[in-house]
Amino acid sequence: MPLIEARGVTRILQGIVPTTLVRDINLKIGRKEFVAVTGPSGSGKSSLLYLLGLLDMPTEGEVHIRGQSTAQMSEAERAYTRLSELGFVFQFHFLLPEFTCLNNIVLPMRALGRLTPDEMRERAASLLKSLGLAEHGHKRPDQLSGGQRQRVAVARALANDPPVILADEPTGSLDSKSSEQVFEVLRDLVDQDGKTIVAVTHDIDLAERMDRRVHLMDGAIASND
Amino acid sequence: MNLILDVALTHVRSRARQTFVAVAGVATGVGFSIMMAALMQGSQDDFIRQLVNALPHITVSDERRVPPKQPAETEFDAAEIYNLTPEVRRRGIKNPLAIMASLDAWLPGNIAPSVNVQAIIRYGLRDVGTTIYGIDPRREPKVSELANQMRQGSLRSLYSATNAIILGDGLADKIGAQLGANITVQTSDGARINAQVVGMFHAGVRSIDEGTAYVLVRTAQILARQTGLVNQLRVRVFDPMAARNVSTRIESETGYKSVSWQEANEDLLSTFVIRNVIMYTIVGAILLVASFGTYNIISTITHEKARDIAIMKSLGLSERTLRTIFIVEALIIGFAGGFLGFALGYILCLALGSIEFKSPFMDTTRIPLAYSAWHYAIAMFVALASSFAAGFMPARKAASVNPVDIIRGAT
Repeated sequence: MPLIEARGVTRILQGIVPTTLVRDINLKIGRKEFVAVTGPSGSGKSSLLYLLGLLDMPTEGEVHIRGQSTAQMSEAERAYTRLSELGFVFQFHFLLPEFTCLNNIVLPMRALGRLTPDEMRERAASLLKSLGLAEHGHKRPDQLSGGQRQRVAVARALANDPPVILADEPTGSLDSKSSEQVFEVLRDLVDQDGKTIVAVTHDIDLAERMDRRVHLMDGAIASND
Repeated sequence: MNLILDVALTHVRSRARQTFVAVAGVATGVGFSIMMAALMQGSQDDFIRQLVNALPHITVSDERRVPPKQPAETEFDAAEIYNLTPEVRRRGIKNPLAIMASLDAWLPGNIAPSVNVQAIIRYGLRDVGTTIYGIDPRREPKVSELANQMRQGSLRSLYSATNAIILGDGLADKIGAQLGANITVQTSDGARINAQVVGMFHAGVRSIDEGTAYVLVRTAQILARQTGLVNQLRVRVFDPMAARNVSTRIESETGYKSVSWQEANEDLLSTFVIRNVIMYTIVGAILLVASFGTYNIISTITHEKARDIAIMKSLGLSERTLRTIFIVEALIIGFAGGFLGFALGYILCLALGSIEFKSPFMDTTRIPLAYSAWHYAIAMFVALASSFAAGFMPARKAASVNPVDIIRGAT
């Protein structure tokens, strides 16, 4: 059973001129996969990611997570699924500026509320440590470099130990050295921790180093290998 | 829950100055509404207290609510008779001692008789029109403040001379009479006695102090030429609020018209209802204006934190949680404003209470204020309710933001 599955997913933005973001996408993503979603600008890469991540609702078709249809879920149920099953990493770190790195990572855990406060802090600290940021927990995001911030964002995505990480241009705003560091972190997550990662990227070299590539053209899948 | 409070506090703190302005707005509203409530309630209580203290709680007078049946009507019951000249009756309550004795048996309070008569007091070359009350010095202290208002002599001094009289101090000044002076009291129908001044009182109200004198019941009866009759029985009950019921019972037992202080002042008491409506309208308006400030700050925060809202939604916080965060922010402002307003309101009350008023007609007074925990509780409740209302709309709007729009915009 695939972890995430798109069945005939179409998303049309209503407006004066309706815009089709993605069209009739059928896609199955299983465990321990490292999938690159590539394509030119405006091909619907990010839109597909938001649909897979339940941030957006398809106009037609369904997204299934662990074999469960999400079409009939309420807003609160979709939010809960995002919280427990999915982790997001965006092009920009999107950390909350007033909270320390540690508190940013603890936030999704608190929202889920499965651990005690002590366990949460412990887990956040060990996540930071595993990403080589052990001494930066008490700092605020604006006191860190771009690469460090992005790794904190990865740590936050891992907070509730979700099986799937969805990354939208995770290295898009980083220099090549930081970019490499973040990629290594993602690579390890797949190889060592058995996570499934779906990463949108326009970087062909990076995509080549992932396990599977889904190429989009004008909102439809052009190649899938 | 803890998370919500944490995020809310962080937001509120990040906009410290604006938050303070909103808090100050609520505090002003709460403070002034507490002051207003204390003032209104205080003056109302004071007014009722004065009413209750200055006047007898129940006055039994020699009037009847329904005209008495005439002898002709009793005699010829079947016929209706017009243009009867009413039988002349002597005014006054007959056999007051027996009535008082029977009322004393059950009355939850005290009763005292009085005979009032209009007279002219003459001393030397001056004469002044005066209302003279005949009282019973043993019963009087139990129904009025007169005993406490004595400046010279006492009520008992009325027994010390054949025709003893106690004057208001203003009246004594007017005619230049000292203690021990012999004055002449004369009524319009010719009764005339010589009386000795044995005491002076000061009630604090000029019209009373300059126009009232007290004598014994029997002295007044001589002046009024109505031996054995009194005009009024005055009752002071232990619980002033029960006066209405007691009054009804007295009337049904004696047959004389018995008026409680509530009945006598019904029109005044009904104006308090109007006053309270006005007060609550103004207080409501003040707090409404304050809630605009709260609305403003919450709206600003939600606009400013749109990106954070989108992030938290993408992480998996529900709309409900986000909505709660902003409502909690509004309630934090409401609470802070409320408590600051408590302090402000208390200080305003103290300041207002320290102002002295000098009036030529009354003794020096301060503004009467009522301190009641209810005023504070109501003000806090209204402040929280208006903060909730002010925060609810921006909170709902912020929580329904589509995170994709904002994340897309940022990338």
